[in-house]
Amino acid sequence: MLDLEAALTQGTLGLINGAFYAMLSLGLAVIFGLLNIVNFAHGALYMLGAFVAWGLLTFLGLGYFPALILAPLIVGAIGILLERTVLKPLYKLDHLYGLLATFGVALILEGVLRNEFGVSGMPYAVPPDLRGVVDLGYMFLPRYRGWVVLVSLLVCLGTWYMIEKTRLGAYLRAATENPALVQAFGINVPVMITLTYGFGVALAGLSGVLAAPIYSVNPNMGSSLIIVVFAVVVIGGMGSILGSIITGFALGFIEGMTKVVYPEASTTVVFIIMAIVLLIKPAGLFGRA
Amino acid sequence: MSRSMFTGLAATAIALALGMSPAAAQISDNRIKIGVLTDMSGPFRDLAGPNSTAATRMAVQDFGNKLGNVQIEVVQADHQNRADVGATIAREWFDRDGVDVIIDVANSAVALAVSQIARERNKVLLATGPATDALTGAQTCSPNTVHYVYDTWALANGTARAVVESGGKSWFIITADYAFGHSLEAAAMRVVRETGGDVRGTVRVPLNTPDFSSFLLQAQSSRAQIVGLANAGADTINSVKQAAEFGLGRRGQKLASLLVFLSDIHSLGLQTAQGLQFTEAFYWDLNDSTRAWSRRFGEQASPRGTMPSMVHAGNYSVVTQYLNAVQATGTDGGLAVVNKMKEAPYNDPLFGNGQIRADGRRVHDMYLFEAKAPNESRGPWDYYKLVRTIPGEQAFRPLSHPDNCAATRG
Repeated sequence: MLDLEAALTQGTLGLINGAFYAMLSLGLAVIFGLLNIVNFAHGALYMLGAFVAWGLLTFLGLGYFPALILAPLIVGAIGILLERTVLKPLYKLDHLYGLLATFGVALILEGVLRNEFGVSGMPYAVPPDLRGVVDLGYMFLPRYRGWVVLVSLLVCLGTWYMIEKTRLGAYLRAATENPALVQAFGINVPVMITLTYGFGVALAGLSGVLAAPIYSVNPNMGSSLIIVVFAVVVIGGMGSILGSIITGFALGFIEGMTKVVYPEASTTVVFIIMAIVLLIKPAGLFGRA
Repeated sequence: MSRSMFTGLAATAIALALGMSPAAAQISDNRIKIGVLTDMSGPFRDLAGPNSTAATRMAVQDFGNKLGNVQIEVVQADHQNRADVGATIAREWFDRDGVDVIIDVANSAVALAVSQIARERNKVLLATGPATDALTGAQTCSPNTVHYVYDTWALANGTARAVVESGGKSWFIITADYAFGHSLEAAAMRVVRETGGDVRGTVRVPLNTPDFSSFLLQAQSSRAQIVGLANAGADTINSVKQAAEFGLGRRGQKLASLLVFLSDIHSLGLQTAQGLQFTEAFYWDLNDSTRAWSRRFGEQASPRGTMPSMVHAGNYSVVTQYLNAVQATGTDGGLAVVNKMKEAPYNDPLFGNGQIRADGRRVHDMYLFEAKAPNESRGPWDYYKLVRTIPGEQAFRPLSHPDNCAATRG
């Protein structure tokens, strides 16, 4: 029943969803790796990215491409504000406090927007330059979806390169190992941490803008995604940059295949994999125990 | 006067006093409490949600917030689309808080659970939100439940029949994987086959799936002429939006959405929704009385100016009939009130003439609508044009049908 054409098609579609998983889990991994914060507000900030894009178009007439730059900056700025006010006092406390605080922030953001805009969502069209479809031979791929995969790959690899291969990345990694020592070398660690959180959150905002033309822009769009993304992070290994990218794409792919074989399980398969991985390799596939 | 005579006189006086206000005597804790149990935060919030409470309050206000000297209260809760949560709230409301009637319950799975609880406790369920025709089904019907507005049978009967008759013979159905979707899928398959069409395949999708592309492509490769959507709310919006993105129309395939609410079209925008045909029981712009009521609703709704969905209109209409029945019978006993509601036809300003049948189904006309093209729309909320009126007796499942309520099968 699973012929080659169907498998290729669903695999391709899975990679597109995987692109979102990868970008979101990457942001989570960066934040967890450097700040030790389990950022439960990530889904809400992704949603906020989509809403900012919608707002820019509706109120200021700014289209998709300006939004692709502006919305992550705006969401990043909100993230920085959040880090300064809500998260900073919690660094010395148990992980659980950060988790609860960010979860609370997510509930507030979603609740306020739900009250204001309802749940049915705001219309946001695919930008004219990216409309239409490409014939891949085995399927017609909407050009916009191809664009999403491309942007996501570039951003993911860029982030990985920056953290693993550049001097700035080396500072960041060093600061997570021993912040006091890095500070002694004259590097402003608190500012670096704030900017890192801003960057991780901006990635969520960018994902939101990318999602706006495909999914319904509504206040609940993040909460359905964030749980899967957390599972992705757990499977890949908390804090592993490359792990979260690879796991994101891989799980998107597996989920896509499940949609052909047994669609009823398509929203559960990720969690089944998570359970298995936790049993066999508790630190995650790419994590260090 | 002897002591025994005095006691006798006093007893008579008390009996007389009670006799003068029979209503007060038989209404528990001297108040009518209406519980709006609905989806306040999930995919059905806009088609029901807080505005369902607003519509219920409008009906109560029309009675001056009381019947005689009995106060009418409205409470609300969020069932979170989970049958267990809904059932727990229903039990608390009935057992502890003195709620007499639960209304709305947008979500079929929750409604089926609440229907049984209302029956066990001789309370009332006025189901305006849920779609499943199992509420009046062979084994699952209840004498304490009224199913208002619409059901899966009528939706399929309206839309699927119209589509097959206009040439859409082969179908592929994308189904929401829970009680409602299953019920709508079954109803649509039956209509398609009865009218000479065939169903090439179905796929069951978990509730609240954001990405429908896989399922749409499966539908595409089935080469069916019609892709039927047996889903609701945010699921419908996402699937219609993505069907446009994947260019379902390019291979000559057409979309038939079996359950569409005004709020869905509002969110999709006419650019995406135009040409979509669907069945509903109510539209604000049908006639003078629907327009007048809808304007009133708009003033109380949030955001202001929102036009009512058929569920909102149903809440107003059925609460009015419920309170009339309580007034007429002087009791809030579940079975007595529901039986009174079933007694006679009622000419409703919003749903027209119709009657609640013995099985609890209210029968009234349904309408096949089509979403307008953007240039046909004259202003905000001007979205539908009427294609055809489906007379009530043709729209709903007949009382005598073998799948219908066994207890009341004619």
